[in-house]
This record gives sequence, structure tokens and C-alpha cells, in this order.
Amino acid sequence: MATLANATQILRSPGDPRIESSGPSSLTGVDRLARALGWFSFALGAAELAAPRRIAGALGLEGKERLVRAYGAREIAAGIPTLSYDKHVGLISRIVGDVVDIATLAPALRAANPKRKNAVFAMGAVGVVTLLDIAAAAGVKVLVLSHFVPADATGLTAEKWADAVRPNLQGRSGGGARSDGNSAVSEARDQRPQSARGKHAG
Amino acid sequence: MKALVWHGKEDVRYDTVSDPGIEEPRDAIIKVTSCAICGSDLHLFHNLIPAILPGDVLGHEAMGEVVEVGSGASHALSKGDRVVIPFTISCGECDQCRRGNYSVCQCTNRKKELAEKIFGHPTAGLFGYTHLTGGYPGGQAEYLRVPFADTTHLKVPDGIPDEQLLFLSDILPTGWQAAVQCDIEPGDIVAVWGCGPVGQMAIRSAILLGAEQVVAIDCVPERLSMAAAAGAVPIDFMNESVIDRLNELSGGEGPHKCIDAIGTESHVSFSQPDTVLDRAKQMMLMENDRPHVLREMIYVCRPAGIISIVGVYTGLIDKVPMGIAMNKGLTWRMAQAHVQRWTPDLLRRIEEGQIDPSFVITHKVDLSQGPEMYRVFRDKQDSCIKVVLQP
Repeated sequence: MATLANATQILRSPGDPRIESSGPSSLTGVDRLARALGWFSFALGAAELAAPRRIAGALGLEGKERLVRAYGAREIAAGIPTLSYDKHVGLISRIVGDVVDIATLAPALRAANPKRKNAVFAMGAVGVVTLLDIAAAAGVKVLVLSHFVPADATGLTAEKWADAVRPNLQGRSGGGARSDGNSAVSEARDQRPQSARGKHAG
Repeated sequence: MKALVWHGKEDVRYDTVSDPGIEEPRDAIIKVTSCAICGSDLHLFHNLIPAILPGDVLGHEAMGEVVEVGSGASHALSKGDRVVIPFTISCGECDQCRRGNYSVCQCTNRKKELAEKIFGHPTAGLFGYTHLTGGYPGGQAEYLRVPFADTTHLKVPDGIPDEQLLFLSDILPTGWQAAVQCDIEPGDIVAVWGCGPVGQMAIRSAILLGAEQVVAIDCVPERLSMAAAAGAVPIDFMNESVIDRLNELSGGEGPHKCIDAIGTESHVSFSQPDTVLDRAKQMMLMENDRPHVLREMIYVCRPAGIISIVGVYTGLIDKVPMGIAMNKGLTWRMAQAHVQRWTPDLLRRIEEGQIDPSFVITHKVDLSQGPEMYRVFRDKQDSCIKVVLQP
């Protein structure tokens, strides 16, 4: 993005400030995840609108082409708010859509379906996306800090972990006082499972 | 130097950028001692205003110390002068400046062709507020180049803290102008929509200018409390009907004067279905602004009343009941604040202790915390009303 920002310099006066190095952003991991999910919504929605017969056929859901097309419209409708700053509305609508997708795919998992393998793969993909939608709606930072450090990773000391995550933490606001990366890391440490803290406390 | 740079929607970064220098004889460079995040910066944060580009330095509320002066500004400024910089850049020489209409200066917008295509006629250059208003780098930075510096500054005395003076750059004169535009007369009831920093200034200005009663409309408890502390009657629009309450307070006649201190991003709530529709249209680029407040003001304002707009609107709006406004004989007054018109008087009032605008400050932090503070301010976390940044 700094490259893009500097590319726009051609529209500025030669003396205007030019970016030399880029620093911390207001954009959080949740924002980035929501954006990725928003664009995914658009892509999936476009595919469902453009090729409902191929999608229904691949999943063994022949006869449901109109439903697939309707889901395409739904995906795009959910993608718009997910990409906006009202992303929470979009993410909630995506989660509701995920539940509907799971309910629609469930009959395709029957043993008699010759396309069962595809349906199982699709169900798995929907499951992963549902988790990501929930993580984004809930605020993924909490989930990452609480659960993504393996408790049995003996080589991963608290210091190593803290050093690795520190660049991605911008601190939390509270009472107007600045909370720097170190205090955020300390908070994060406290959120780790007891087992992990016991093993790797540095 | 360090600066807050816009990289995209909701993406403001604390970047290292090249230092500004003198480009024109009338330029000056100031070392920024304090700057602030304005509510209208959030419209940029949300990418609602056209013609902002990745790489633009934000900020239009700044003050500091002069460190370099061009030859054409040396008659008015010297190194070491302590100055507040108005967000409106004015030449002081064109017809509009001579009339006191500084925010529509005819000379300072260096991207006139672009502005003419969009606005019909160009308006003044503004700091850190898109290329429609000149694309000038803003003041959320360690240093600021001030074009037309000999006429775009307010010298301020030592001995008064930055916090009391900084808001002469924008929100105090904007709130003041909102009240002045109302032609307040004894007995007037003035309703103010929005109790953010500009709304708070408008409330106090209306009281100072002699309104009999000021009514403050918002839904954020701490903002309503701040308004009530000034003597305004608070209305929480999430808990009571604004129309019913205003009519009740005015004997069924409606307020004489209505001030819009909200602008494009009115609160979205299912209890106000038009706001949901506006937001949906805005997402699909079918409408630029959410004009709920305009609709409500037109409906509730007393016939022959005045509607004063200082909240920033960005473009096209839908379903504004112009027929009601015309038949009720309402007067509309609006503008970006003509800052330099009001600042000498407002500085005097600050020096005399009549006004201390620092009461709105809830957060005072280092410039490096700017990106985080944009989110805190936007989400009204931590009772945030006004953020002051210190480089």
C-alpha cells in the first residue's frame, strides 16, 4: 500500500510529503479478515449467479439451480456490508447464510449421492468459512491469543511467542492512557490457557 | 517527519514522510505542537468523501510554532511566533476574502479545475481534506507547510495552554458560526442536533448569543451530560421522540432555530427506518449522505425559522422534503466555517475567560497513537469526545 500511496505522488505538488516508511495502521486483523470474507462473498456469489447448474450438478443437488442462484444474490448482498465499515452487519448476515448453506448441503451427504465426495468437501469448506465468519464477528484477536499457541509446543517459549506477536499488537486503549505493545503482550499472556502458561512461563 | 497518512478505508498509519519545505514566497513551516482529530476526519476515514488518495496526510486542526518563513510572508510572521492555523486557507485579497467569506476563497484551491467540475466554482483550499479542496497535506504531523501563511494564521499569546487555543482552528469558530447563522433573538429556542465537539461549541455559542433555551439532541449519554452541563435540555433520540419532545418544549410551535452539527453520517437505527434505507443506499453508492437530521429539522422547525448547517455533507441526498421547507418559509444557512471571520473575537473571549473550549478534550495522547485513536473516536470507546494529538 505504501507503493500505491507513493504512486499517487504524481498528483501532488513535488514538495508534498512522500512516504519513506510505513508505520502502525488503524486497520486490525479483524478488519482484514472481514475484507477477505467480503470479497469471498462477492466471488462465490458471482459464481453461483453465473453457473448455478454446474454448481448444483457438482454437488448432486440437481433441481436446486434456482436456489443456488438465489444464494448467489444473498452472498453478494452480504458482501456489500461486510466490505463496508458496518462490517458486523455483513458478518452476522454471512453467519446466518452459512447455517442455511449447511442445511442445504446436508441432504447431499447421503450415501446414495454419486457426488458425495464433492458434497463432503463443500461441507468442510463451509464449516471453515463459518468458523472464520464467527471469528471475525467475535473479534479474532481474542481467539488467536487464547488458542493459537499450542500448549505442548515445548520449543515455543513465552519470550519467543511474545516477540513474534508484538509487531502485530498495537495495544489497547483504556482511560485515554497509552498501552504499549508490552502491556498488550502481558494481557495476552494472561489470556493463554493455564496449561500453556504453566509450561512456558518465562 | 512523522505523520498520520491515509492509505485506504479505515487504514490510517503513523508513517515516516519527507519533511515539508518552503515552496512559494507566502509559505511558512510550523512545528506542530498540538493537533486534533475532527469528526469530519471520520468521513475521510470511512472513505465517504471523493478525491482522497492513498498517501494523503490527514488533519486540519493544528497549531504550533513558526520555524521557517517565506519572503512573501515575512511581513506578517517571524520564526518563533506561536500560531493557530485555520483549516481554511485564505489569500485575504480576493473578492470572497474581502467579503469575509474565507472558506470560499477564490485563490487558494490549487486544484481549481477539479473543484470547478464538481462544485461549479472552486472553494478555498483546506488542509488535509481531499484533492477537491487543493490536496494540501494536513496537520496531523510533526511539521506543516502553511500556504498563504501571511493571511492563514492567528497569532496567539504565550501563557494560554494549547488546549484552550487549538480549537480556534476549526470546531470553535464552526460552532460559533452555526449559532451566528441563526440570528438568535431574545426568546428563541435553538435545537442542536449532534453533541459531538462542534455541537458542544454550538450549544455554548447559542447560549452566549442569547438563546432563551437550547435543546441538545444525541444518543450518547456522556455527550448529552456535557450538553446539559452547559444548560441545554437534553433529548436522547433513542429513548424519546425528538419531534414530540421539541414540540412539548416549545408549546407545540417547534424550535425557532435548528442547527445541524452532524452532517453526512447520522446515526443508523431501526427505530428511524429512513436511516437504514439511507445507509443501504450509501453502501451501494446510490446516495452520498444520510440526511435524516435535515428531514427532521425541516419537519419540526417553526415556520419562518432558520436551519443552520455546519455538519459536513459530501454530495447527493435523497428524500429531503423541499416542499415542506419552501411552504414553511424556512431559511437555510450553511457553510464551512469562515474561520478567520470569527477568530479575533473568539480569541478575545478566550483571553477574557468567557469561553474555555478545552472542556471537550477527553483524550490527549502522542501522535504515534493516532491510528488507534481514529478507531477509539469512531467507535466512541472510552467515552471519547475529542482527541488531541501531540507530535
